[in-house]
Amino acid sequence: MTRYIFCLTFLLSTSLWAQDDLLSILDEETDAVETDVEAIFKGTRLINGHTVETRKKYNLDFIISHRFGRLNGGAYEFFGLDQSNVRLGFDYGLTDNINLGIGRSSFEKTFDAYFKYAFLHQSSGGSNIPVSATLLSSISIKTLRQREFEELSFSQKLAYTHQVLIARKFSPSLSMQLMPTWVHFNAIEPTDENNDVFAAGIGGRMKLNQRVSLNVEYYYQLQRKDPLSRNVIAIGFDIETGGHVFQLQLTNAQAMIEKGFLAETTGDFFNGDIHFGFNISRTFQLK
Amino acid sequence: MKNIYLIALTILLFQPSLYGQSRLIDRSGTLSFYSSAPMEDIEATNNSALGIIEMPSGKAAVSILIKGFKFEKALMQEHFNENYMESDKFPKATFSGQIADPSILSKEGKFETEITGQMTIHGVTKELTMLCQFDISGTEIKVESKFNLTVADYEIEIPKLVRNNIAKEVEVTANFKFAKND
Repeated sequence: MTRYIFCLTFLLSTSLWAQDDLLSILDEETDAVETDVEAIFKGTRLINGHTVETRKKYNLDFIISHRFGRLNGGAYEFFGLDQSNVRLGFDYGLTDNINLGIGRSSFEKTFDAYFKYAFLHQSSGGSNIPVSATLLSSISIKTLRQREFEELSFSQKLAYTHQVLIARKFSPSLSMQLMPTWVHFNAIEPTDENNDVFAAGIGGRMKLNQRVSLNVEYYYQLQRKDPLSRNVIAIGFDIETGGHVFQLQLTNAQAMIEKGFLAETTGDFFNGDIHFGFNISRTFQLK
Repeated sequence: MKNIYLIALTILLFQPSLYGQSRLIDRSGTLSFYSSAPMEDIEATNNSALGIIEMPSGKAAVSILIKGFKFEKALMQEHFNENYMESDKFPKATFSGQIADPSILSKEGKFETEITGQMTIHGVTKELTMLCQFDISGTEIKVESKFNLTVADYEIEIPKLVRNNIAKEVEVTANFKFAKND
């Protein structure tokens, strides 16, 4: 009996010792380290709207966006490619979490500017924050000369958008985002019903491989400005090549800024009022 | 009979001290890599590499978080994690090996010896031997090593489009400083 116990003890203790190898000691330490979840989305735009992502400090992003005409324009309109709207924009990383942006859209000759603040970052390890969240506020001014707008003052041409973007990367390939949104128009047309538009947006991306992802985005308007406006639907692909992100999309919206695609979309996606479009972004590291 | 249990328990509990092993840990080791390619040079440093040496056996291990590598360009860092290292799937790189001549650990002075072991990066394990410089004083053990890694060995894919931007081999430099605990 005595011998058995001794034998057992030695066996047990040596096997315990062997198990306790050096790497497992280090593992206990690395597992407790908190790390931010990176790259919930590839770009700062999901399709039409923003993602939680911000450009990092000193990074300047030049974004060229295009939306062609409607696909159901048929062969005569070359399936919409005869018409084109363009937005040229610059995004700049003031800090890792604060971005400023400006842009000019050919659609209704609109200038826009935005402020974006990433205030929460999804992380694993230590504190385990489940989501990332970003605040987006944008302002736009429509400068298109229209008879009824000629008498409007500067402030009457303004519209504001405020969004809270909440996203989670569920797996390396799947990320989802919720976008509660409030759009305010300083002035509306007589046929319009409300100055304020409230919308709930949902979107996501699914990586198809290391460099290509499939994106979807949908905004449901809870309160509309124009009773004839439609909810915006978009589906697209992100293709990443080094410092560029190419985004190809199909959407019923013609405008490329929040107040436009959210509240002023008139196309019916399921009736073929679909615009083919793309965004190209190029990032420059200024410092 | 009770005594035997007690003796057995004592042996079990004090086994490590019976072996006379001691372990030195460095929590802020430096690991950096450098790659030179026609289009651009890529450089990144990790200042929180974990290293451990066991004395006198001369076993050694290193563990680093891939996300701990800091690049000059933020986008490069994102691509490194997202596209190449897949750090969500493979968060760590580890090495576990044996110092060829562990007897140097009990001496003082400058020594050069090899460490051979298993390197695991991107979920792929390869046998690796690296030459290490030891600088041992009464209070600490400094270890420095420089070696090359072939990207393809660890099944890290480089697409054709960026083949000119990324080198096939990277030069890794490791620096650890272990304080002797006695």
